[in-house]
Amino acid sequence: MTTTPSTQAMLSPADVERIRGDFPILQTEVNGHPLAYLDSGATSQKPLAVLDAERDFYLRRNSAVHRGAHMLAAEATEEFENARATVAGFVGVTADEIVWTSGATEGLNLLAYALSNATFSPEHAALRLSPGDEIVVTEQEHHANLIPWQQLALRTGATLRFIPVDDDGVLRVDLIDEIITERARLVTFSHVSNVLGTINPVSEIIARARQVGAIVVLDACQSVPHLPVDLRALDVDFAVFSGHKMLGPTGVGVLYGRGPMLDALPPFLTGGSMITTVTMEGAEFLPAPQRFEAGTQRVSQAIALAAAARYLDAIGMDRIAAHGAHVGRRLLDGLDAIDGVRVIGTAGHQYDERVGLASIDVAGIHAHDLGQFLDDRGIAVRVGHHCTQPLHRRLGLTATTRASGSLYTTDDDIDRFLQGVSDARTYFGVTS
Amino acid sequence: MSSDELNGLYQQLILDHSKSPHGQVTLDNPTASSHQLNPTCGDEITLSIEVDSGTIAHVGWKGHGCTISQSSASLLSTLVEGREVDDTKLLLEEFREAMRSRGTIELDEERFEDAIALNGVSRYVARVKCAMLAWVALEHTLEGR
Ligand SMILES: Cc1ncc(COP(=O)(O)O)c(C=O)c1O
Repeated sequence: MTTTPSTQAMLSPADVERIRGDFPILQTEVNGHPLAYLDSGATSQKPLAVLDAERDFYLRRNSAVHRGAHMLAAEATEEFENARATVAGFVGVTADEIVWTSGATEGLNLLAYALSNATFSPEHAALRLSPGDEIVVTEQEHHANLIPWQQLALRTGATLRFIPVDDDGVLRVDLIDEIITERARLVTFSHVSNVLGTINPVSEIIARARQVGAIVVLDACQSVPHLPVDLRALDVDFAVFSGHKMLGPTGVGVLYGRGPMLDALPPFLTGGSMITTVTMEGAEFLPAPQRFEAGTQRVSQAIALAAAARYLDAIGMDRIAAHGAHVGRRLLDGLDAIDGVRVIGTAGHQYDERVGLASIDVAGIHAHDLGQFLDDRGIAVRVGHHCTQPLHRRLGLTATTRASGSLYTTDDDIDRFLQGVSDARTYFGVTS
Repeated sequence: MSSDELNGLYQQLILDHSKSPHGQVTLDNPTASSHQLNPTCGDEITLSIEVDSGTIAHVGWKGHGCTISQSSASLLSTLVEGREVDDTKLLLEEFREAMRSRGTIELDEERFEDAIALNGVSRYVARVKCAMLAWVALEHTLEGR
């Protein structure tokens, strides 16, 4: 469940300063200015607790997991599995429902390939996709939650459909009954858009998917780092997120699968560590989640990701969400006051339905030029299509400039960004 | 408030060319055309040339993108119209070498005329592709690709 951020629980400026002390990289100077890091939507910075957890593992317990009878192997395995329980608990599910992946992209591909493997397996007939079946995505999706499904449709003969967005990028929830029909076998969408920052109406879409018996997949990449997320309460079948966007290291992420759903899936990658009995002719597989974790695992990363979850928990996701709403409001209010700036995805949305992120188009200034101008002042933003070409095309844009915050974002970071956007209009001569 | 490097990148001439670009015409009888896309930022150009007895008689392009890619296409059109194909190929190599030099090689003013305004780009590794877009399109038309 997503709790509406309450302003009482917000992080105070003193809290944010204390938090910043845990992130040494935020003290970096860029082009002679203190860094204002507003690219957390792409990847977050990491606190010392996360860096220390990874280093500590290599210093004291480094060993392969689920193999070997020695002391270090046992300790490493225990810590690795504890990490799974911690991260599972962080999103309201149980440890055996969590598969480690390299990130959301791999998680979505794992799922798509497991489903196409079901096509060739008599045991998995119930999951088989064939011509006439439909896979439903949205026009808002990150390429990571679009292309694997396009490819799955190609491989199986199923049809890909999508829930469109309106002129402002908002999902046309009014059309879901038409688009999600009895033919829909799988419905996948993002919890929070990485371009618009809007929190999508999860329960309405899920209710419709349930009516027609479709599998529900949630891309929770941009929600898990910023909101309290309880995947069980949301009632999704599968969900993915990436460690590196939630203060964890790169190279680790999560595929969640509701117990029976995950157990019903055939494997994708095969090899060591995911089997019981192997003969020259065939193999039997371990139950989930091990069935999906072939080969030597990303142990230090998983342990560091658990440290990130504990760090976030200690501060409190309610307060982090309230801070994100504050960052979003300050961005929006400031941007609204600058001529020639279009913030995409705002119409019809309340402040509290957004995270601390805004993407803009500035009339007469290409996003790359704006990003360059801001970088010159030490302000780090993302420019381009943010891996959402169809959404940008739909909105009549090729590139936007995105500012995205996190729990360490200060009012000063935002104000410098706002001043930068305003000054860029003068610099590039578009003020008249 | 903006640094000298940034002002070196966005020289007035660059800003002027990107606002009122040269060469945005459609050619009647193009000898060759090339479409180039920079997938990371979505900048696009379609550039055509008319070659007449070993000389580039006309250049025409259409496209959209950042200040650097647009001004570079504009400056290129002015520079190579009326130039021999062989010399244009040399010019292209010189341009590429300077752009990739991370600020260590400057464009020769005698050869590049106004296009030396693009000198500042080579310090910004991420922007070299923007400046190169039109030049790569030109290279492809010359190679008949
Ligand atoms: C909404 C969304 N989905 C998927 C992804 C892909 O995540 P990753 O690149 O970590 O696999 C991202 C990150 O860019 C994202 O923002």
